[in-house]
Amino acid sequence: MERREGISKLLGRELYIDDVPMDRGLWGATVRSPSPRGRIREVRFSPDVNWDEFVVVDHRDIPGENHVWLIESDQPVLAADSVRHVHEPVVLLAHHSREMVHRAVRSVEVIVDPAPPVLDFRLPPGADGIQHGTDNVFSHIVIRKGDVDAALADAPVVIEGTYETGAQEHVYLENQGMVAWIDGDVVVVKGSLQCPYYVHAALTHGLGRAEDRVRVIQSPTGGGFGGKEEYPSVLALHVALLALKAGAPVKMIYDRPEDMAATTKRHPAWIRHRTGVDLDGRLLAQAVEVVFDGGAYVTLSPVVLSRGLIHAGGPYACDNVRIDGRAVLTNSVPFGAFRGFGAPQTIFAVERQMDKIAEELGMDPVELRRMNLIREGQSTATGQIIRDGADRLEVLDRALDLSAYREKQEEHARFNAAHEDLRRGVGLSTYFHGAGFTGGGEVHLSSVAKVEARPDGRIEVLTSNIEMGQGTLTIFTQIASESLGLEPDDVVIAEADTFRVPNSGPTVASRTVMVVGRLIEKACADLVAKLGDSDLRGPDLKQAIVDWYRKHSGGVLDGAARYEPPPGTSWDEDSYRGDAYGAFAWGACVVEVEVDLRTLGTRVLDVVAVQEVGKVLNELLARGQIQGGVVQAIGWALMEECVWSDGAMVNNQLTNYMIPTSDDVPPIRVDFLEAPYAHGTGGAKGIGELPVDGPAPAVAAAIEAATGTHPRVIPVTPERLMELYDGA
Amino acid sequence: MAHDAREDTVHVEFTLNGKVVSVEAQPADRLLDTIRYGLALPGTKEGCGEGECGSCTVLLDGLPANSCLVPTYQVRGRTVETVESLSEEDVAPLLRTGATQCGACTPGVVMTATWIRRHPEVLEAQGIRALMAGNLCRCTGYDGIVEGVEALVARETGG
Repeated sequence: MERREGISKLLGRELYIDDVPMDRGLWGATVRSPSPRGRIREVRFSPDVNWDEFVVVDHRDIPGENHVWLIESDQPVLAADSVRHVHEPVVLLAHHSREMVHRAVRSVEVIVDPAPPVLDFRLPPGADGIQHGTDNVFSHIVIRKGDVDAALADAPVVIEGTYETGAQEHVYLENQGMVAWIDGDVVVVKGSLQCPYYVHAALTHGLGRAEDRVRVIQSPTGGGFGGKEEYPSVLALHVALLALKAGAPVKMIYDRPEDMAATTKRHPAWIRHRTGVDLDGRLLAQAVEVVFDGGAYVTLSPVVLSRGLIHAGGPYACDNVRIDGRAVLTNSVPFGAFRGFGAPQTIFAVERQMDKIAEELGMDPVELRRMNLIREGQSTATGQIIRDGADRLEVLDRALDLSAYREKQEEHARFNAAHEDLRRGVGLSTYFHGAGFTGGGEVHLSSVAKVEARPDGRIEVLTSNIEMGQGTLTIFTQIASESLGLEPDDVVIAEADTFRVPNSGPTVASRTVMVVGRLIEKACADLVAKLGDSDLRGPDLKQAIVDWYRKHSGGVLDGAARYEPPPGTSWDEDSYRGDAYGAFAWGACVVEVEVDLRTLGTRVLDVVAVQEVGKVLNELLARGQIQGGVVQAIGWALMEECVWSDGAMVNNQLTNYMIPTSDDVPPIRVDFLEAPYAHGTGGAKGIGELPVDGPAPAVAAAIEAATGTHPRVIPVTPERLMELYDGA
Repeated sequence: MAHDAREDTVHVEFTLNGKVVSVEAQPADRLLDTIRYGLALPGTKEGCGEGECGSCTVLLDGLPANSCLVPTYQVRGRTVETVESLSEEDVAPLLRTGATQCGACTPGVVMTATWIRRHPEVLEAQGIRALMAGNLCRCTGYDGIVEGVEALVARETGG
């Protein structure tokens, strides 16, 4: 099936939040902290502006609790007495003129008595830097399997390596934006977001309103990648506070520099491996330390850390594992959800460590991986026994075959000998990604999906899972129409409006198809069962629905399903043992690069990404997810670098924060293997995040093969590679 | 901050999607805003506001231009085409190759693609990847776009 809203998007008819005209509304804007840490001494409004024309909101206007509802209550909606990061919101303004309100922001001065900021997450904070608990640690998690210390002591070889990954900006092409208005006694917020019920919860807490007096509606969303997971709660609170005070609709649309400076990014990470191996290369012990930069507030860092740690050992079998990780405070803009959710960082480290092990043992990195990849019946770091029918060796071999990995190595030896200034190399990674919420997360979410028949025989699907480019509208249409034997046009996908749709959870964690899609299948079956004949399908079903409505005037024929965990799974949150995810998807990536020794610039020549994803439900959408994820990861590996000053991103524009263009990347060659997952929709496992996990270490490995340097830190910019190359 | 609008504005007439339109524009007004807010054609998107991302691409006298960098007064007497001028048939090949995902970059992508479709001879000097490099896309990884442009050109040239 083709993308359902595709023609509308191609013709520019899809109306994003900034495309909808606002009648008699105001434009909102945000006054932010200039300082990374300190007490607010004064907020000074310039006498040159007639402030009577403006709606002005500060923390005293917050009717509910002054914090953004999430895991902890530490992040204020608007700073009251103190600030913890540059760009922290302090005052909100609204005015009829968009231009006037943005100019007025510059006429408000937030004066801060500075305190010493904590700016390097890798270093322990000094006593004067403590701002959270006794040690600035937001979350500390340890995963233990076997006896690592004994196994390291006994191992014939112990190899150490330290790896770092940088922040990454989402660069969804549609900036953050929202509109709020008052409808009777209901505050309505509509905008670009991934998780309607997260925003709903944040509004009920922050505005001190009952659940039925807050309504959240998702507008067509121009990309998210995790960047519209938690941040929209902040923006929704701001725009709602302005609308409440103004008694009029208010719209807030960030421009690109504000969006890049003030919103979340991928957590920077520091990771150290100590690995015990035998002389054949078998993994005997993995000791991994992980530190994530959480930024100024807790936000989602504990769960990003959790996923990162569960993936930190890689897709390998090892009997003795200790993964010890912390997410810590710094006085920078909070880091947050970003496609992959901690796993790309830890997989970068473990894959680079595998290459280091191979080099030190004089082994082929392919054979090292082949030896250690998890086999059926073996277990992950949390003790989750893998028995999914997927053949991880076949994934690896398919990638080697498709990429002509061996032939490339021989060809590169000849090429490199023949060229003075150019060097080619090929690199490999193998990886995995757990789909759905971690551990008991899905049980806790207890998602509900609904379907509702219409009197004309059409079916409406009601969930809180949204379209942001990944294809939810299309795939949900496909799932419902195939379940019921109806034409796609007979399926209507409801707007994600909390007044209408049940809470089927957030649109994150590669869970939409695997988890929520399955609920739609079950809800469809529930609806059909109510007609007294569970075998009804297609035109017969349509007719039965029409007949039902003739007989039940005023009634509604619907079906619903609530999440139930797959039988036989268990997870213990305290010991971090058990089945971390319902299913893992598996991947292998081969990257070929050319490095120009004159500039130390790296060009990617070829990429092959092979993945086992249970079942591909829609080839075109699935391929697009992989290709887009791979290119995003290549950007992170090679060119996307946030430049910081006082914990603020200073290259907050697309002129000097560069993402890959069409001319920077080759065609991304994609192939799928399928081992259907019994508890996913039509056998499908999650797919959205897996492609971001593998390319960065493969890029670094390819640069290593080309240049003989050992990139351990990404992005491998020309500057960074020059330091490595000159030092080599 | 206040200014006398009558003194500042200039009268600008231009052809937009085949029709002559006239607007009163201030010297700093961007063509992007004139189109989106003044003339109520919101298909053209703002992505970065500094000519890097290409989301706001329109055809100006037939050539792709970042409308965020074009002052409205400069289009006086010229021809502007936006995504709203296209038909379903014009873009159908792009749907089949997966050239759009979130859709925010798409109108700009489609306008550059339309220019290449009309002038396939530009492909003699540059490849599609180079010609499309002014349109950032964060979703597709570009293969869907490149293949879509190939399909558009093939349809046009009977290739």
